[in-house]
Amino acid sequence: MATDSTTKLAASIRDFTKHYVLKSETVKALRGVSFDIPEGDYVAIMGPSGSGKSTLLNLLGCLDRPTGGSFILGGDDVAQMSDDELSGIRASRIGFVFQSYNLIPQLTVVENIEVPLYYMGRLNRESRKRSIALAHMVGLGERLDHRPTQLSGGQQQRVAIARSLVNDPYFILADEATGNLDTATTEEILAIFQRLNDEGRTIIMVTHEDEVAEYAKRIIRLRDGEVQLDEPIANRQTFSAEQIATISRDAEIKDEEDN
Amino acid sequence: MLSLRTWILGVKSLLLHPMRSALTILGIFIGVASVIWLLAIGEGISQQAQKQIEDLGAENIIIRSIKPPDTSSGSVTQIEAFGVRRAEMRTIQNTIPTISGVVPVRELKQKFIYAGNQNATPVDGRLVGCSPEYADVTQLKVARGHFITSREVDTKESVCVIAGVLAQKLFPSEDPLNKAILLPEKSEYFKVVGVLEPRNATAAIGGSLSAQDFSLDLYIPITTMRAKMTDIERKRTSGGIQMSEFELSQVTIVVDDPENVPRTAKLVEATLMAKDERRQDISVIVPYELLEQAKTTRLMFMMFMGLIAAISLIVGGIGIMNIMLATVTERTREIGIRRALGGKRSDITNQFLVETISLSVVGGLCGILIGLLCPVSIEIARNIFREVRPDLYAGLPEAAKVMTPQIVPMSIPLAFSISVIVGVLFGLYPAMRAAKMDPIEALRHE
Repeated sequence: MATDSTTKLAASIRDFTKHYVLKSETVKALRGVSFDIPEGDYVAIMGPSGSGKSTLLNLLGCLDRPTGGSFILGGDDVAQMSDDELSGIRASRIGFVFQSYNLIPQLTVVENIEVPLYYMGRLNRESRKRSIALAHMVGLGERLDHRPTQLSGGQQQRVAIARSLVNDPYFILADEATGNLDTATTEEILAIFQRLNDEGRTIIMVTHEDEVAEYAKRIIRLRDGEVQLDEPIANRQTFSAEQIATISRDAEIKDEEDN
Repeated sequence: MLSLRTWILGVKSLLLHPMRSALTILGIFIGVASVIWLLAIGEGISQQAQKQIEDLGAENIIIRSIKPPDTSSGSVTQIEAFGVRRAEMRTIQNTIPTISGVVPVRELKQKFIYAGNQNATPVDGRLVGCSPEYADVTQLKVARGHFITSREVDTKESVCVIAGVLAQKLFPSEDPLNKAILLPEKSEYFKVVGVLEPRNATAAIGGSLSAQDFSLDLYIPITTMRAKMTDIERKRTSGGIQMSEFELSQVTIVVDDPENVPRTAKLVEATLMAKDERRQDISVIVPYELLEQAKTTRLMFMMFMGLIAAISLIVGGIGIMNIMLATVTERTREIGIRRALGGKRSDITNQFLVETISLSVVGGLCGILIGLLCPVSIEIARNIFREVRPDLYAGLPEAAKVMTPQIVPMSIPLAFSISVIVGVLFGLYPAMRAAKMDPIEALRHE
């Protein structure tokens, strides 16, 4: 797709390759992938198994290093950074939302939201306020001291979203974020994503569900380690402002009912 | 990043499995407590042994006569003198300059009876002929009257000083001072001029010196002993009369300076063995050397105790490692999450180290607490044992009855630092294993 040169780039990858050496055989998971993510974009990355989707996700999340290519994130090429440097990048520049929520069981809602700040060494009274504000934003303001096990799947995922925002990341990386949720809760989460995107957040969503991908602005389809398709979504599904408001309110009401 | 928060988090994680954490702590707790207990008991025992030796006098050399095994058969009475001779004693005294005094003693088993009540059952005791200095070298304290004096020795008086316990047996209702004691076997009378305070028996030391009980002693001047008892002792046995001849039972040599004791001891032995190198009828006991030996033994004993304690600490440490390895596997996913959210390898290592250190420190502190209760608990256990099974208690060795554990002050910081070190050492491997995990793999872990 054409990149608008006036908008700033949240992330830019060039000629990404990733080879895995298995015994004598070399598996080329990515064979040169390039794209830009402008700020405020909402991208769905799709592709069948074996397309290199997971590999790309790991690279975008700075959990792994590419065999070749560059990854410009916030002005730095993070492609060949050391393990510790990548940890720092993950803590400060990326917001993760996982399929299985991945909250830490022994921590409360607020403490879970604060984890990235903890690893940035930026925990203080101010950051605590920010974490609480984020919990309120995702409708969990009344459950700050709850443990993940005391929350429903949707609620846990909302905590995860709050957590992904706490470090004010360059983009939110959502890996099958709705994969474990029922239809109603999926819509709830997607509505939150749309609201965040409307507020200017960049979202990269990896999914295999077309219905979910339809809520994004742009789709990148991978096949055999290459970009097969990179285009705006023509008939994008959106929630109306009222719907977003209703879903957010419903979510809060449902919280009440759960009590 | 070993901030307070890391510690709080570590403790929180441990509290998720309270039973498991408690059992892990128990391992370290037992290790630390046993370090303190074993060292305290070891110290108690060795101090007791040391005190017994010091009671003999570190500056003394003791020569004791040993009665050779009886080779004569039946009623044949062939007397062969044994033991240390007066002449030898004088030679030693006159030729070795580092000697400041010699104290001769001759002991005989005798029956005693109060002359004023000759129908009473005679009491078995020990007749000890000695010089005035004997009171000093054996630490006898006079309760009333006086000990044997030089004048009494010179004039061979028929006077005696009576041990406290014997006095009570012979004179249950009378004042023993100035009363006469009869030796029925010898038909000799002695006037009581002094009564001693009760004195604890000395324990046997390493086979070279048998235990001595001072409670039934009657002390008379050594010269009187020679004049009235002679050197030949007859004893009626079932087979006839057994005779033995010895001049002195014991000579205590007082050396001017403890430093000169080893040299002097060598000279004394050389003098005694001059004629016969394999002389069997005497033994030379050097408490100073025994003391040195006891110090070495003590060190070895402490090392041995320390080793046992160290083993139990290692077992505790392995317990920690075991549980942490299980925990790391169990929390693989959490590790993945933390790594994904920006945790460095070192953060993960620290997190797990904090947990193991917390476990071992809590274990260590509990262990120290219980360790400090060692003397009290031994006392209580002993009392309970005495109440419940007095018969078995009586059979306990003397050392077990009177031994008081001495907490070795060093053992507390030692045990504590060992517990921390154990926590770090045994926690390091699981922690590093956790840190080495690939975050992608860890996140996928179910």
